Amino acid sequence: MSEMPLTRREWLLSERPATRRQARLGRAYIGWLRFSANRLALIGLFIILAFLLIAALAGVLATHSPYIGDLAGARLLPPGPDHWLGTDDLGRDIYSRILYGSRWTLYVVVLVAIIAAPIGLAVGTVAGYAGGWIDAVLMRITDIFLAFPKLVLALAFVAALGPGIENAIIAIAITSWPPYARIARAETLTVRNSDYIKAVQLMGASPLRIVVRHIMPLCLSSLIVRVTLDMAGIILTAAGLGFLGLGAQPPLPEWGAMIASGRRFVLDQWWVAGVPGFAILIVSLGFNLLGDGLRDALDPRSGDQ
Amino acid sequence: MSVIDNEASAPRPGARAGAVAKAVGRFVFIAIITYLGLLAVTFFIGRVIPIDPALAVLGDRAPADVVARTRREMGLDLPLIEQFYIYITHALSGDFGRSVLTTNPVMEDIRRAFPATMELATLGTLIGSVVGVPLGVLAAVKRGSLTDQFVRVIGLVGYSVPIFWLGLLALVLFYARLQWAAFPGRLDIVYQYTFTPITGFYLLDAAWQGQWDVFWDAFRHIILPASLLGYFSLAYISRMTRSFMLNELAQEYIVAARAKGLSESRIIWGHALRNAAVPMVTVIALSYANLLEGSVLTETVFSWPGIGLYITNSLQNADMNAVLGGTIIIGSVFIGINLLSDLLYRLLDPRTKVQ
Repeated sequence: MSEMPLTRREWLLSERPATRRQARLGRAYIGWLRFSANRLALIGLFIILAFLLIAALAGVLATHSPYIGDLAGARLLPPGPDHWLGTDDLGRDIYSRILYGSRWTLYVVVLVAIIAAPIGLAVGTVAGYAGGWIDAVLMRITDIFLAFPKLVLALAFVAALGPGIENAIIAIAITSWPPYARIARAETLTVRNSDYIKAVQLMGASPLRIVVRHIMPLCLSSLIVRVTLDMAGIILTAAGLGFLGLGAQPPLPEWGAMIASGRRFVLDQWWVAGVPGFAILIVSLGFNLLGDGLRDALDPRSGDQ
Repeated sequence: MSVIDNEASAPRPGARAGAVAKAVGRFVFIAIITYLGLLAVTFFIGRVIPIDPALAVLGDRAPADVVARTRREMGLDLPLIEQFYIYITHALSGDFGRSVLTTNPVMEDIRRAFPATMELATLGTLIGSVVGVPLGVLAAVKRGSLTDQFVRVIGLVGYSVPIFWLGLLALVLFYARLQWAAFPGRLDIVYQYTFTPITGFYLLDAAWQGQWDVFWDAFRHIILPASLLGYFSLAYISRMTRSFMLNELAQEYIVAARAKGLSESRIIWGHALRNAAVPMVTVIALSYANLLEGSVLTETVFSWPGIGLYITNSLQNADMNAVLGGTIIIGSVFIGINLLSDLLYRLLDPRTKVQ
């Protein structure tokens, strides 16, 4: 009997995948179908892709230098054909500065995620797998950090460390790991007594190996969703620190700092502060939409929360 | 943000008093630990991160003997654990040192700034709840409709917008162009010498003393920042309300109420919303705590003389005592509201005891 040739869609949606690769691709495809049914989530994905593209191609897309302005002839110009989004008080082209600023936003978001997510993952999985007093102590510490006001704490940290974008990143990371620890612990508790963990234990795997190789990978998907949802908050906190003069320092085209420097002219030249704020709004809206969509696609239970 | 966890054990029937005592005991224990944690973190920020806290106070160019004396006065020659003990005893008695900027004791400055922040956050939460709850209910009832989408987008924008930027734009529109709102600050300068506040909540004080012109002026000053904070909390409140209401509307007692022939508005507002009330109280309390924090940026934009502005002004002048004092006060109120709402939730909602 000859087999019917499958369409790609049928191959992906097959109930009986023949290989591990087919199963994985199939699951990813189902996730994508669920995700792409949500129009708002697609808009979010589009915004984030555009954001990444702009950050990568800022040098090509920019029409002027982000640092050197025309002090003599182009101060505080309104949006026009030469300067699409106007110029600031030092005669710099705002459009070009916004494009380069996307790199700094991306830098902050990625670094905070790289620092905070592994801390949360490690604390949560160790607490969940070890149990007992280790669990109690680690979770108490997590709760303490969870109960703190994040922005105010980040402010105090930056005040002690000194202003600067790296210190702002450290401060935000220190205040944003606790939710990840909670999620990782919850996921760990659901699998720690399952048969496959027992099997690995019987084979003599060390606790470290079990946590790293067999528990952490299972926590990743819910962690990624949560990190995506938090991205907007990270961007807003970083912009807030920049606005207060504690994040990125002046010549850098960071969006929060740009709003701060445009603040003096906001009553007459609204675009100097207005445009960077709009950029922040769009990007964090994109992350929120994307995060919502990912959560609905990966975890249908919480679809209506 | 809440500290609810899922391990509440099921008590025996009739052990109500015991359960209450247990919840209160747990609350006290967690509160003590959390406040100790807050003090430990601020201690770490103020004393451990700076390489030499004495130099941080005095500046680089202070003569060596002054530095040595300051080090002794600050107790920096003591072991760290002893320093921490002294720090805690001082903090608990409300002694955060002197502000370098204002030369007053930090606690005195904070006492003056605190009511301003509370007034702003309270009005903000009020606006957020009064608008946010009905919006959330409406979105849940008309699920999937255009209204639902609209509420969702309003909420998402609220989650995504930099609040200080929105504040600046609001100033441009409502102060500069339309002239509806007043200049940043709490009162016009004319009233600042004729009006003596009692509680520090200017709206209440003015109404109490019958000075309606002052009341109107205070209102014109507070309405813009309070509406902004209100929008911020509305985003959260409406989203959570929608979720709670969807949960309730799917229950069987709603079907029973419909079968009895109750009017739809009675079912929604009288039955479903009432059952969602307890978690809603928690959500509103949490958003109140968040507004205290959100006020830091808003106060800076609107020159509102609260703790947020105090902290940011002190930050710009490297006035660590004032920054840490303000952080501890905001942190304490924030933690207190968080824990209290958690306790309230455990005590009020019988479902949390049936696991």
